[in-house]
This record gives sequence, structure tokens and C-alpha cells, in this order.
Amino acid sequence: MTTPAGVPSFAPVPTSATEAQVISRPSLSYWQDAWRRLKANRRALVSLWIVVGLLLFTVFGPFAWRVNPDDQDLDQISKPPGPGRVATVARPFEPWTGVRDTFSTLPDTSVSADRLLAPAELAVVGEATTQAVRLSWRPDRTAPGASGWRVYRNLYDPAPDHALGLPVGDILPANTSFEDRLDLEPRRYFYSVLPLDAWGAESSDYIMLPVDVKRVITAEEAVAKGLVEDAMTLAPGDSVELAFHPLGTDYLGRDMLARLMHGARVSLFIGIVASFVYVAFGILYGAAAGFAGGRLDQLLMRFADFVVALPFLLFMILFRILFGVESGDSGIVPMLVAMVLLSWPATARLVRGQILQIREEGYVGAARLLGARSAWLVMRHMIPNTMGVILVTLTFAVPSAIFTEAFLSFIGMGVAPPTPSWGSMCNEGLKTMLTTPHELIAPALLISITVLAFNLLGDGLRDALDARMRSTE
Amino acid sequence: MGRYILRRLVQGVITVWFIATATFFAMHNVPGDPLQSDKAVSPEIRANLEARYGLDKPLMEQYFIYLANMARGDFGISFTQQNREVNDIIAEHFRISAALGILAVAFAALGGILWGALTALYRNRLPDIVIMLLVILGISVPGFVFAGLGQLGVVNLNAALGFTLFPVGGWGTVSHMIVPALVLGLGTMAFLTRLMRSSMLEIANADFLRTARAKGLPANRIFRKHQLRNAILPVVTVLGPSIAAITTGGFVVELVFAIPGLGRYFVQAVQQSDYTVIMGTTVFYGAFLVFMVIVVDIIYGFVDPRVRLE
Repeated sequence: MTTPAGVPSFAPVPTSATEAQVISRPSLSYWQDAWRRLKANRRALVSLWIVVGLLLFTVFGPFAWRVNPDDQDLDQISKPPGPGRVATVARPFEPWTGVRDTFSTLPDTSVSADRLLAPAELAVVGEATTQAVRLSWRPDRTAPGASGWRVYRNLYDPAPDHALGLPVGDILPANTSFEDRLDLEPRRYFYSVLPLDAWGAESSDYIMLPVDVKRVITAEEAVAKGLVEDAMTLAPGDSVELAFHPLGTDYLGRDMLARLMHGARVSLFIGIVASFVYVAFGILYGAAAGFAGGRLDQLLMRFADFVVALPFLLFMILFRILFGVESGDSGIVPMLVAMVLLSWPATARLVRGQILQIREEGYVGAARLLGARSAWLVMRHMIPNTMGVILVTLTFAVPSAIFTEAFLSFIGMGVAPPTPSWGSMCNEGLKTMLTTPHELIAPALLISITVLAFNLLGDGLRDALDARMRSTE
Repeated sequence: MGRYILRRLVQGVITVWFIATATFFAMHNVPGDPLQSDKAVSPEIRANLEARYGLDKPLMEQYFIYLANMARGDFGISFTQQNREVNDIIAEHFRISAALGILAVAFAALGGILWGALTALYRNRLPDIVIMLLVILGISVPGFVFAGLGQLGVVNLNAALGFTLFPVGGWGTVSHMIVPALVLGLGTMAFLTRLMRSSMLEIANADFLRTARAKGLPANRIFRKHQLRNAILPVVTVLGPSIAAITTGGFVVELVFAIPGLGRYFVQAVQQSDYTVIMGTTVFYGAFLVFMVIVVDIIYGFVDPRVRLE
């Protein structure tokens, strides 16, 4: 490049005072900045969606799934989650006279149990259904003299260690049949029959028969349960869909999904309302103490210290007894009141500390100089400036309130049955944990997910809202 | 130091008095009364009973009698268990709860410090990520679920081994204590791990560590003597409240594992409206917690002299 002599190859940029002051990016308010930070935090965002989803589940769930959580489906008790179950239509129950065997009508008192042999040809008479299982057998001809028969039923194969299960009937010797109508479920049973001697001692020899029981329902029952409109449309042999329980049923045959939704209403309602109320009370208390200062501040905070020193759960239980629950009451309100009465001091302390700092800020002095009144100062300048900290406290208060509710319901001091709550459902599920774990897993999982989501959201909000508390990660 | 301890003790006594007062008036307002029973009682017998238990006296007089008895360490007689003193009940059952609690706190503190230090050491690498995931789980899962899972684990373990390594419930030997104590300490351990980690990271860039490095101290020694020791301080502070959390959380574990501790007894007393036992246990627990916090604060005063000045 050629440059004419005497002309400098570069020139200073004209410095204009106005241009340097121009802000090239749009300015962000505190809340816009916080929202931007929160959106960048994937964990917090996912948690936020989970919280929204949970709220939708709680609020709209019972409208979509209109099953009464208190209704008992006695055909399906403690059923794990799964597709709908089908029952075959059967005729109404008809009495059965049984089978007699003339060969064994004469018991012989001289024959002891160890010489008796198991009967043969143990078979199902007719069809084994949930209405009745009918068995018949033929006594052993070579070892006569049995004084009776005993029938056992087991859910498992008795073979390995001779565990015959539940004795379901003792029969006279002339009868060589048995009708079982005791609490039959559609599953495989193992029936065993053995002879008894005159003193009631059992022979060690037995015969065993596995029986697969079919689920049946009579037309009248199907109508009574609301499965079909009209009994006339059903003929024996038709199949009927039983009530569908997507998440299974609990130990009283109540629909788990409906209970979880209604339980969510209780648990989340307590978690959210209790924390909002006590945080709000804490804000007012703390702001009053911090703003007043001096003697009054000392007095108020000393009282807060005492409330903190109360053993929390013990006093929750005490208050729970104090407010008592009438029969038919859900017990939610006493729990709320007790939680609010005991939980506010932490927020009050936090807000007081914040107010003490803010009180010395320049803008508060300026507002005062302009003639702002105390109430205006606190409400318009001080509390809004503590909002970030308060919001973070709130998100951590919700899971702890849910925990407290679950704990109280778990030890039987929370909501009164039959009101479902996640805590009381866990309590009920724990009793049948070994045989039907789904009754414990579903509510426990929901509590854990909810608490996890609120905790992670709280972490994210803290990082976004409060520069000082930003976690070191 | 003496003045500091004295001041803390006076504060503690006032707090216990506050707890006792709150308990007394709360229990007094509970609907129903301790003499209520299924049997119809004639007014004369009722009056005699009231006189026997001092319930005919004016409220404030009852309150002062209650305070005076409590000052002498007498919590009265159980309403549901004839002739059994509340003191005996507390003495018998608290020993069990305390043994369980101490084991759980020890487990939680050791585990929390160890895991917290590990995560800080392996920051943002696999051990850190795995441990922090477990910590989040530990904070989010309610204690009674852990108790249930712990029991399920014990059942399966015993079935797999073919003999009883840990009993499923009950009390008596050391093997009865281990699983409940682990379950009881789990939540607190998760919390302490998180605290320890952030405390370790906070002082990772402290000037004194840079100085130590500049002096040429070996990394191992810096970690143990300078970073770890300073990072433990916040953990020590929250030990007091942690003990509170663990002793009250003991209810659930004692219920699930059928341990005859004070927590289970308290729940039982509540269900039977055994007023003297409820009051005695509450005040006793309250006093115990206040005392523990004071002890921890005093220990902290020795560890960190700045605290005493305030």
C-alpha cells in the first residue's frame, strides 16, 4: 500500500463522550438475569418441569382417572400393576353333595397312623374356579381303616420340606371328597390329602395335586360391581373385564393410582401451603425485628431462639394431640397449624439478618430522606430486596414439610384413615413389603422424586438468585 | 472460657424451662383428661383420684408443683402403667436409644467426613459424581423407606448366607445394633458429606494453603493438616443439631426394627394418652438436645477460639 508523504497511516478514533457511555446490550433486571441463569442450569430446569408435572398430576389427575380412592375391589386385593384382568362368567353357586366311598365307611381304631397309606386318584371334580374347588379321591384298598381325611392347601409346592400349608378341612371317612370355598384366588394351589387314625394322628404318607384356579364371576355379581349394564347380556362362558388398576391395588383392594393422586393432593397441599404460610410469617416477624432493632429486636429474636430449641417432632406430635381430630376428619388442618407454629423461626432469622444489612444501604437512606414512611420502606424497599433469599428458603421448605408430613403419617400421627397421603401409604405398604412390594415402592418413589425435584430446583434457584450463596461447583 | 461456659449453661436452663412450660400448658389443653376411662366413675371416686394426683388444685399451683418436681428430677408416675415411675421408664429405654444414636452419629460423622473429603479430592471426576449422586439420593429418600429397605436387605442377606448374620429386629447384642444404626445415620451422613465437600472446596483456594504449598510442604501433609482440619469445623458445628435429628428420627427405626427404645415408647405413650410419660419424655429429650448443643458449642470453642469472643 502506498501512502502519500506527510499523511499519517492511521488516525486516532475521535473520542466522543456520549459514544463511550452507550450500552450496546439490553440491560437485564435482577429477575431477568436470574431466569437466564436458571435456564442455563439443566438440572434445575428438569426439576422445574418435574414439579410442574407433579402439580398437574395432582390437580388434574383425579379428573382424568375418576376412581374413588376409598372404593374397595374385593376381587383384586394387593394386586401388582399390570393390564386388566378377565373373569369368566359362571352360573350361580350350586350346592354339591360330594362323593362317598362305601369301602372306607368303617374306621378301624386298631390301625395307627403310620400304617395308613395316602389315598389315590386325587382329582378335581368339575372345574376349579374361584367359586369352589371340588376334590375327590379313592382310599387305598391295601391299607384300610382310616378314621378320617385331612386336606391341606399351600401356595407353594410342598415337596421339598414336607410343608403342606394350611389345613382346610377334616373329613369323615365315608366322605372321599372335599369342597374348598375359602378365599380362593385365581392362581395355582397345591392340595394335599392324607388319612388320619382314630386319635387324629396324621399319616406321613400324602398325595398332592396342583390345581390351577380359574377366575369366575356370576352375572349378578358383574352387574352389582358395575362391570356390565344388564345381566341378560351375559351367558355362562362369556368373559368380563374386571376393573382396571394400572398401578395395582393395596391390601384393602383400593386402586393405587387413585390413592396416589389423592395422596398427592394431601402431601403437596401440606408441603406447599405449610411452607408458604410459615415463610410468610417468618418474613413479617423477621422484618419487624430487623427494622425495629434494639430492645424489641432482642426480645423477638430471643423468643425465636426458644422456639428453635423445642424438639421439633416431639412438639409436632404434642400439637397434633392438642388440636385433636374428630372422627371423619382428615387431620390435615391440625398438622398444618402445628407445622406453621414450629417452623417459622429459621426464616425469621434469615430475613432479619438481611434486613439489618439492607437498613444501612444508601437507597434506604435516600428513601427516608424523601419522606418515606416505615411501612412503605419495609414493604417496598426491604422485603423485595430479600426476595431472592426468601424464594430459595421456600423451595427448601417445601420438601422438608413433605418429609414431616410423611413422617407423621408414617407413625400414625398424621392424616386419619381412610384419607390417603404418601406417608400413610408407605406405612401401609411397609407391612406387606415382602409379599407385595408395589404397595411401598409407588408412594416411596413419588416422595423421593418430589423431594429430589424441589431440592435440585432450590439449588438452581440459589445459584441463580443469590451471588453470595452460589454453590462452589 | 469459664464465663462463656457459664453463660451458655444459664441460657440452656432458661431454654429447658421454656420447653417445660410449653409442654405443660400444651398438655393441659389437650381435650379429655388423664382420669378418663371406659368405666363409669362416681363423682366421689373421681374427686379422690383428682386429689391423689393433685388435679384439684388451681392451674398455676399445679404448674409450680410440676416445676419444683422437675427441678428435683422427678417426672411423676405413669398413668397407664401402674406404679411405674416415668424416671424408671426413661432410664430403662433411653439407654437403648442413646446407644443406637451414638453409633449412628459416629457412623454419620465418620462417613460424612470421609466421603466429603474424597469428593473434594476427586472433584468433578468419577468418585465425586458417584458419591454426590448417592448423597442426593440419601437426602431425598425418607428415613422409613431406608428402614424398610434395610430390613428387606437383612432378610435377603440371611437367606443367602443360610444363617442369621444380622437379626431382623429386636435388641440385645452388637449385631442387633449395626443395621438400624446404619439406616439411622444415613440421612445425616448424606447431609454431612455435602457440607464437608463445600467446606473443603471453599478453603481450597485459601491463602494459608498457598503459603503451605509455597513453603514446599508435601501435598499429603497439606491435605491432612491444613485443608482437612479446617474444613471439619462446620461439620463440628452442625453435629449438635444432627444429634437432635438422629435422636428424634430414631422413632421410625425403632418402630421398624422393633427396638425397645425411648422413641418407640414415646409413640406408644402418645397413642395411649399417657400424659406424664409424654410430658416427661418431651422435657427430657428437650433438655438432652439443649445440653448436646451446648457441649458441641463448648468443644467448638476449644477448637476455634474465635467463637468465644462473639
